[in-house]
Amino acid sequence: MNITELAVPVGSLKPGETGTIVALSGGRSFRARCLALGCIPGTTIEMERNSGHGPIVLVVRGVRLALGRGESMRLTVAPRYSHL
Amino acid sequence: MTTTTVSTLKVALAGAPNTGKSTVFNALTGLRQHTGNWPGKTVERKTGVHRRNGTVFSLVDLPGSYSLSANSVEEEAARDFLATERPDVVVAVVDASSLERNLYLVRELLELRLPTVIALNMMDVARSAGLEVDVERLESALGVPVVALVARQGKGIDELVDAIEQAAKTGATPDIARLPLEPDTAMLLDALDQAVPLSLDLPYPREWLLVKLLEGDRALAKALKTEVPPEARPDIEAALRHRDGAAIEIAGARYDWAAAIYHQTVRRERSESSLAKRADHLLMHPLGGVLAFVAVVFGIYWLMFSVAAPMQRFLDDKLVGGSTTRLESALAGWPHWSTSLLTNGIIGGVGTVLTFIPILALLFLALTVLEDIGYMARAAFVMDRFMNLIGLRGKSFLPLFVGWGCNVPAISGSRIIESPSARLTTILVAPLVPCSARMVVIALFTAAFFGSAAAFVAWGMVMVNLAVLAIVALLISRLLFRGHESSFVMELPRYHVPNLRSVLLTTLTRLRHFVTLTGTVILGVSLVVWALSTFPGSGIEQSFLGHIGRGLAPLGSLMGLDWRAMVALLTSFVAKEQTIATFGVLLGSNGDSSLRTSLAGIMTPAAALSFIALQMLFIPCAASTVTLFRETRSWRWTAFAVGYMLVVSFGVAILIYQTARLFGLGV
Repeated sequence: MNITELAVPVGSLKPGETGTIVALSGGRSFRARCLALGCIPGTTIEMERNSGHGPIVLVVRGVRLALGRGESMRLTVAPRYSHL
Repeated sequence: MTTTTVSTLKVALAGAPNTGKSTVFNALTGLRQHTGNWPGKTVERKTGVHRRNGTVFSLVDLPGSYSLSANSVEEEAARDFLATERPDVVVAVVDASSLERNLYLVRELLELRLPTVIALNMMDVARSAGLEVDVERLESALGVPVVALVARQGKGIDELVDAIEQAAKTGATPDIARLPLEPDTAMLLDALDQAVPLSLDLPYPREWLLVKLLEGDRALAKALKTEVPPEARPDIEAALRHRDGAAIEIAGARYDWAAAIYHQTVRRERSESSLAKRADHLLMHPLGGVLAFVAVVFGIYWLMFSVAAPMQRFLDDKLVGGSTTRLESALAGWPHWSTSLLTNGIIGGVGTVLTFIPILALLFLALTVLEDIGYMARAAFVMDRFMNLIGLRGKSFLPLFVGWGCNVPAISGSRIIESPSARLTTILVAPLVPCSARMVVIALFTAAFFGSAAAFVAWGMVMVNLAVLAIVALLISRLLFRGHESSFVMELPRYHVPNLRSVLLTTLTRLRHFVTLTGTVILGVSLVVWALSTFPGSGIEQSFLGHIGRGLAPLGSLMGLDWRAMVALLTSFVAKEQTIATFGVLLGSNGDSSLRTSLAGIMTPAAALSFIALQMLFIPCAASTVTLFRETRSWRWTAFAVGYMLVVSFGVAILIYQTARLFGLGV
């Protein structure tokens, strides 16, 4: 297993890929909502649904979260590539 | 002699959305519940009563919220109630199938140090998701009573009431360890503790308040500012200035606590069932999801036109028509105006409200069921891309789509949208959705003027209407709410089988609310319109309304319409389909076919087109206007909606008439 330090917007993960949240950016209420829903730096997430455009679905702490395309660009993750 | 002592316990139901909180509330209160608003907020406030063995449980169903951080009006209402009213017992309704996430709110509730009972709901859903929760271990980890429930089957409700009564009797408050914080943050907390005076006239527990301030809670910072003496402010501000990252750390510490308890108490027995995954694969697919949604919409329309609409016509014929005829013959000797007041004014007004009940009941029912199943979130997900095009988000789609049946539930249904600006935009454009009452008028006009092309013309006019809606929505969100954040972050709940009793109770409560509030308004407006159309002269021609219509005739002539069309349009304020009845009176025609002939006599096809546009885009009906006011709590926004629709409706109608004339449709 190889964990890269390269942080990317969560919206660029493909379905099935996982990563660790590195940072939240964007407005105050967006960040507060993310925190309340468990998207905290250090948390591992899994991409469940990402068709390349439109909203995405993440699995965070056993809960599915839908994020808009724009919002998915404000959540930065360090991807975990397991098949390298 | 026996004395009966009745003790009343104040109980608050708290919990995140999708935890089955309203099912628990419905199971406890049944019909003894009341819906209102939180003071000064457009957030639904449900209260109810549960009685058992001389004890009265006075229940408040707090709005669903993921945290107590005042990120939304719902969270603020919930938090202020708990912190300031200090209920005897807090019941935290928790979804056993996503315990870790739910424990975050539990932690926040325990920090308030009120007697607390955990209602561990949806045990069946957790089990079918392959999760086994150790209830006893959870209870000892949390230090407060935990009751396992399957609320939609009524399981565990009695035990919950026992636990509430017991918790109130002992009055034991939760004893939880302080959040472990990094040294820097702990020092900030100490500095804040030093800076904030001990004697504060604020109703919140001190430690809770300090942590909230460190999290960056603006509402509390503002409240504190007005309370502390001026000399204490610089120190407080200095302590809060360095709190960057404290919000993340505190949230992180709460989630670490939640994760630790989760791992002690929950065992994964099997992996999750693939059925839910397959359903999601279809319902959330970019193409399949849209098709599925179209099918759901079609299903609701089908029910509306095949079940609710015939019921409406039946009620209109038998109840309204029947009682009018009987009254008229019974009051044969009475002066004309008095029978007219009873039949046209009162029965007409009340009848309008009553006949709309089947359609509203169906829409409320459909909404409640779709929400309970967990489909709403999926629909919002699929539609988000399309709604972005007109400056709205996915969640706006459902209320707007409900508007096709009736605008009233569309406006009040906008409550599901968290962002205030997105909610307001949705409320403001909702009256532009062509409701079923308007479609009735459009059907009559297109049939009267365009013969075999009627369906095509009706479709075209609906498209024009939707284009106007899109443009208005885009303008409002781009011009009025430019830069306002409306983020799309939403939980996708697990699918649930809805509970019939709970669904019916919710529908009934919503319906009762509509009938009592808007019913009185419709009756009032219909009495005013009746008076305007009856006095002072004989017949509507010589009435005040007739004079107003004649005054508007110059405006009407720009659209090829005479004063009668103006009067008919004005009466549509009572209810949109009133237009037809008014034309019937003005043109002296009975029945559809004679009305069609007389209509063709007073306007050209070009004028008919412009009248259809006018009717579709004209100001909201009385019930919608009142709902709009109730939901925005602002005369300004209500006036704005009425004003822009007035301008848009006449503007579009004039444009259509003048364009159609160019193409030779008019004389």
